Amino acid sequence: MALDFTNRMVNAWRRENGRVGVRNHVVILPVDDISNAACEAVANNVKGTMAIPHAYGRLQFGKDLDLHFRTMIGTGANPNVAAVVVIGIEPEWTRVIAEGIRETGKPVAEFSIEQKGDFETIRAASWKAKEFVHWATELQKEPCPLTDLWVSTKCGESDTTTGLSSCPTVGNMYDKLIPHGLYGCFGETSEITGAEHICVKRAATPEAGEKFMKIFQAYQDEVIEPFKTSDLSDSQPTKGNILGGLTTIEEKALGNLEKIGRDCTYIDAMGPAEVPQKGPGLYFMDTSSAAAECVTLMAAAGYVIHTFPTGQGNVVGNPIVPVVKISGNPRTLRTMAEHIDVDVTGVLTREMTIDQAGDALIDMIERTANGRATAAEALGHVEFSMTKLYRSA
Amino acid sequence: MNIPQLLVHDHEDNVGVVVVEGLTAGTEMLCVVTNDNSDFRLLAKADIPIGHKVALRDLSEGDTVVKYGEDIGRMVGAAKKGEHVHTHNCKTKRW
Repeated sequence: MALDFTNRMVNAWRRENGRVGVRNHVVILPVDDISNAACEAVANNVKGTMAIPHAYGRLQFGKDLDLHFRTMIGTGANPNVAAVVVIGIEPEWTRVIAEGIRETGKPVAEFSIEQKGDFETIRAASWKAKEFVHWATELQKEPCPLTDLWVSTKCGESDTTTGLSSCPTVGNMYDKLIPHGLYGCFGETSEITGAEHICVKRAATPEAGEKFMKIFQAYQDEVIEPFKTSDLSDSQPTKGNILGGLTTIEEKALGNLEKIGRDCTYIDAMGPAEVPQKGPGLYFMDTSSAAAECVTLMAAAGYVIHTFPTGQGNVVGNPIVPVVKISGNPRTLRTMAEHIDVDVTGVLTREMTIDQAGDALIDMIERTANGRATAAEALGHVEFSMTKLYRSA
Repeated sequence: MNIPQLLVHDHEDNVGVVVVEGLTAGTEMLCVVTNDNSDFRLLAKADIPIGHKVALRDLSEGDTVVKYGEDIGRMVGAAKKGEHVHTHNCKTKRW
């Protein structure tokens, strides 16, 4: 297989920092939960903007606060975002997030509500948001290499068909594109339980493998062991996984790991929402296996398209990153076709090879980058879920 | 090639996955091993839903269940060749 992907181009936005974005959002970003209302009011005033409300941002501290800032800054900094209006209750944390996003070179405006109130804040922020919309809508797309994209993956509502069809489809895509410079990312720390011995061997260096094992063990020791309620903690596999035929976490993990293909090795193991630091290649990220949380963290790390294999039919989307759904389960294609972008049922009937399925996914990534709305985008799925490490002060 | 009713990842596996809807007991299943496209026949002993596993040989309590050529758990009950393997007779070795 020596397909040349170096000449495959997509029409996308080359941002100030050189990164390629496939969407052109003007985001109204709340620093904290109590600024959601002001952000939503601005987004209502100015069409073509999008507020991203969330549940956190007050009284967090330590590593949990670091993760909050990293997620907020990363969301604003993502190349799918053209410009950002940041609104928080207090000026200090608002400035931390605005300054973090400004490092990309994109336009950022910040507003704080204290001593002004919602009305005055919404008035001033709406003017700025309108200016950003005029500016962003005149930005022109340009031809960019397909392999300049950053493409993440995570599967959801998995069943035994994901391990047979949709997960190896993603793996085939990575095997083809990563050698040409694509940035990839997989995660789902708890969902590697039972396949960690395979995952550690897929590290490109002993350091990357050690980092992965340390992250994996910490999740077992700090998250699973203290809080588990039964052998499966009633959560891994999920009820949906079990309905779909998955029996154990080991079985689920082996299917999950099919997403990294046959040949790819990961060059680093990162913390949640961390930005890759070692150049092009595949990265492991320490994430929850819950769909919206995981996609939110990968989007905050700078990934611009997410590939999402599903068996039983997960419906997740993301506000800033198009989520491309792939399924090989014929029942799901029959009952939930509106959610699926790439149909790989032919893999189960042996009418389609994994190689052909991988090509179909690459084709859909290209079309998505060129502007095709994904099923999740068309259906308004904009789930944004912050990962929280512990209770607030 | 006819459409298979059961797919098996690896020759070492002792379970396979039903990949069609409405499989009924008594079906002589066409089974394909995905890593080399070889095939064999197996009689389904129960109505088994799509996505669920079938024992490829007689399995008894304590046996390791192998899929992807890897350990995916242990039998906590028995399943004869062609019978359903799931949470009622198979459990994780973790957690």
